[in-house]
Amino acid sequence: MRLTCPICGTRPLEEFTYRGDASVRRPPDFNPKNTGAWVDYVYMRDNPKGPHKEHWFHGGGCSSWLTVERDTVSHEVRSVKLARSARSGGR
Amino acid sequence: MTQQANRLESGGILVRERPVEFEYDGIRYEGFEGDTLASALMANGIRTVGRSFKYHRARGIYTAGSHEPNALVELRTGARREPNTLATMAELHAGLIAASQNCWPTVRHDLMSVNSALSAFLVAGFYYKTFKWPRRFWTNIYEPVIRRAAGLGHASGKADPDRYEKSYAHCDVLVVGAGPAGIAAADSAARAGARVILCDEHARIGGALLNDRTEINGQAGVEWALDAPSRLSRLGVKVMPRTTVAGWYDDNTFAAAERVSDHLAEPPKHLPRQKLWRIAARHVVVASGAIERPLLFSGNDRPGVMLASSARAYVNHYAVRPGSRAVVCGNNDDLYTTAADLRRAGIAIAAIVDSRSAQEPSDVALAGSLVSQAVGGRSVRKVAVTDLEGGARRTIKCDLVCVAGGWMPNVSLLSQRGVKPAWNEGLQSLVPPETEAETYTCAGACAGRFGTQECLAEGARAGRRAAAAAGIDVPPGEAAPFAASGPFQGKPGGQSRVRGEAGKTFVDLQNDVTARDIELAAREGYGAVEHLKRYTTMGMATDQGRLSNVNGLAVLADVRGVPVSEVGTTTYRPPYTPVTLGTLAGHFQGRTWRPRRLSGFHDWAAERGAEFVENGLWMRWNCFAQPGESLAQAAAREVKAVRSGAGMCDVSTLGKIEIQGPDAVELIDHVYAGNLRKLTVGRSRFALMLREDGMVFDDGTVTRLARDHFLVTTTTGNAGRAMEHLEYCHQVLWPKLDLHMVSVTDAWSGLSIAGPRSRDVLETVVDRLDLSNEAFPFLSAADTSVCAGVPARLMRISYSGELAYEIYVPYQFAEDFIRTLEERGKEFGLCPYGLEALGIMRIEKGHVAGSELNGRTTPADVGLEWAASGTKSAGYIGRALSAREGLVDPEREVLVGLKAVKPTQEIAAGSHLLNKRGSRTLADTQGYVSAACFSPTLEQNIALAFLKRGRERHGEVLRAANPLQKREILVEVTSPVFYDPESDRVRR
Ligand SMILES: [Zn+2]
Repeated sequence: MRLTCPICGTRPLEEFTYRGDASVRRPPDFNPKNTGAWVDYVYMRDNPKGPHKEHWFHGGGCSSWLTVERDTVSHEVRSVKLARSARSGGR
Repeated sequence: MTQQANRLESGGILVRERPVEFEYDGIRYEGFEGDTLASALMANGIRTVGRSFKYHRARGIYTAGSHEPNALVELRTGARREPNTLATMAELHAGLIAASQNCWPTVRHDLMSVNSALSAFLVAGFYYKTFKWPRRFWTNIYEPVIRRAAGLGHASGKADPDRYEKSYAHCDVLVVGAGPAGIAAADSAARAGARVILCDEHARIGGALLNDRTEINGQAGVEWALDAPSRLSRLGVKVMPRTTVAGWYDDNTFAAAERVSDHLAEPPKHLPRQKLWRIAARHVVVASGAIERPLLFSGNDRPGVMLASSARAYVNHYAVRPGSRAVVCGNNDDLYTTAADLRRAGIAIAAIVDSRSAQEPSDVALAGSLVSQAVGGRSVRKVAVTDLEGGARRTIKCDLVCVAGGWMPNVSLLSQRGVKPAWNEGLQSLVPPETEAETYTCAGACAGRFGTQECLAEGARAGRRAAAAAGIDVPPGEAAPFAASGPFQGKPGGQSRVRGEAGKTFVDLQNDVTARDIELAAREGYGAVEHLKRYTTMGMATDQGRLSNVNGLAVLADVRGVPVSEVGTTTYRPPYTPVTLGTLAGHFQGRTWRPRRLSGFHDWAAERGAEFVENGLWMRWNCFAQPGESLAQAAAREVKAVRSGAGMCDVSTLGKIEIQGPDAVELIDHVYAGNLRKLTVGRSRFALMLREDGMVFDDGTVTRLARDHFLVTTTTGNAGRAMEHLEYCHQVLWPKLDLHMVSVTDAWSGLSIAGPRSRDVLETVVDRLDLSNEAFPFLSAADTSVCAGVPARLMRISYSGELAYEIYVPYQFAEDFIRTLEERGKEFGLCPYGLEALGIMRIEKGHVAGSELNGRTTPADVGLEWAASGTKSAGYIGRALSAREGLVDPEREVLVGLKAVKPTQEIAAGSHLLNKRGSRTLADTQGYVSAACFSPTLEQNIALAFLKRGRERHGEVLRAANPLQKREILVEVTSPVFYDPESDRVRR
């Protein structure tokens, strides 16, 4: 498998590490009454069949975090974007 | 040496001027360059080349390819011995030594063939049914006996002396298989402008063209094939013979094993034995050909029975006679080509047995008949031929039975990618679907297109299509046409099996699976094709069932009374043929298993006799043992030197990350527990990074070098992960923060200078900085210089529990710096110390390390709640979930110290802590020992441990039980800080 890093181009799998689901959102604030949202964020994951957005790190290259859209059935990679531009806001 | 009695006077693709001497089962023979071991054995009249897996029946050479089920040998001797090598693929070379396997004492007289007498017990599912009980029989009887009786070759048991390599290749079009279709495809793709790689598992490219008599464009097909490599090379095609495409993975990535020097006795120094290629192709042309289908009849495994196409290969390609009197049997016109080729080689044709009734009978041709039984022991002697209509039997004497049951497209590789072949009634076989796939094109016999002419034409078309699919702007027009002889004659008709014969009919020759096994499995409820495979082991041989699959499916369909199309088929998986572990490992073994990282002080330390220890990729100092000293003695001496004078230890391996920018402090505040906003310029702090789930991820220091400039350190082991984590936090969680970060781990080499005299030592090298306690107190930090102008970073940090500093200089100055320091530190007793001494000192001081920060502990568990106190509202990573009930449970195991009640008794790390009285069960465990040592300072054995409600239990005596070592000792619970609990020494 290869990924096409927006900065480095098409590179082999071993330059990258996988983190997981890119669609989860970190709850904005720490509210002791709201641990449920945090438990969901840390532990709960869907296991979709088909397109899946996931985070990969190009540690063997430019150190970019990437948002990769990959089909979990065919393994087809549909898009690779820099995570910082794939998502706005967050601070 | 024996003569090559079965060698033809002329013909074949052999270098007759170069005879080659070899040894088989201790006897010397001669063959020619160009032979395989199989053809050379055949030339020398060797018929029995192995014993079968379960029944130890004599077996002969059945094929001329990589689907060979019988002729598996042990090749070479000593450390180079390689079991389960196919004699049909092994190229003959001078000095080759081979031995038959799975036989005892010899292949001719195999005592284990007694298995045949017990064969009634060795039926399908036998292993599952019989060897269940009694349980003790397993280790004493079943296992050793089965291992002796069933099994193939033996590994050498010695280290492989040869080298293996890995290589990478990229191309527009990869062509797998270099028969007529593959060669034509490579040719037309290259002419269209594509970068092409052509792989074939055989020593020579050409496929069936080398084995059959054909004609292409007025030239003999074999000559056309032999010219192909130079023709293709001129077009820029990378031609790779001896290269098996073993696996097809995502993104059209292929694994291919090249046997670089397997055809030589020993690889020359500059060459590996084998090379594993990773080939990335935009498009692949699968031209893997087809395999002839065997016929099922009683005794169809006797030596002398072989595929008709293989018999042709032996007479045409290798110029050997596989027998002297042949019966050719089958269901298609290949019979007559085969008979003609055999006759030309001087082999008498005893009968041509054609299952189709429409054939004109002649003196030797029997229409509407099939061989129903082959009789013989170490060689077939005669066959019974049964008339399919009347049932009349006749016996025909022969020593060679050539079987032609039609052709099976070789769909292995396609199947690996999930391409499902479908049953084709006309071809009586599984054929891949005709699709216009983006990533592959199937061509030639593999696509169910047979005959030389059609393979060439289809191959050429496939090559152009592949080039276009790879993004090449293919010039318009057509590939040059071919005029070839050799129409497809293998279209099967009529029946292919006489049912109800006594004796064994083998479907899977290598695994000894009979037609009756399949019938039995179906009757016992294992009629689903995937169940059948597991229950009978059919298709689990080295060819994954390429030879047996279709026959097995046909038998199964028959028993179940359904059409074959409804039976389905199993999936082929990588590798296509077995790949040796050495090839998969490549150069990743021994010293070159993985890279070694050496600090800037490495050479100096090696000179001083350091013993090194691996820590991740780093080689770190373990101790500096003096002559006669043990590790423990050396470490104790080093501890005493530090505690009484001064020591230095390499800390270059700690992860070092610089974070710079107006928002650097924001990121620091998010990723570290506690409140680091208030950290002032010129100060360092010990800090914890947590995971979101509240557990400690890493510990280290944070130093504020300037308002907008931080230097953080991580543990050696977590350096990479911490960097990844920080980048994630910045790029994904808080992308708007204005900052940059960079790892400077390799840029700065560092030493920890520790001990009451460490200030004195440093004063001899530091250029201008006032190091007095008032001017540079504990946790101070500064950018400074040493040795008259060498830039340096200095932090007053202690891990050992003494007055201590960490000093970093640029990597290129490291060696000069340590030599200077060593010289100037002499008068203060400066002594290098390693990880062993450091490990002792940190336990004495109650500092946590990897064995405490094990991913299951919170800051409070390890007594560092102060480092995670957060009054602020903005949550650092890990804060939210730290408040969970389970993480604040007072029953949690927390860090304590342990002293052995008898000071000399060793406390084993990993021991369970049990109440002084009570049972010794896991349910009663009170905690466990995480790290232990003999403390030279306290002169007694101590340990760090996790204990339920540990804070309340100081003074209590417990048992530390280590059932693995059958040891149990009494320990007293103490504070985890054994040494200088007030930390006066670090502040002096
Ligand atoms: Zn990159």
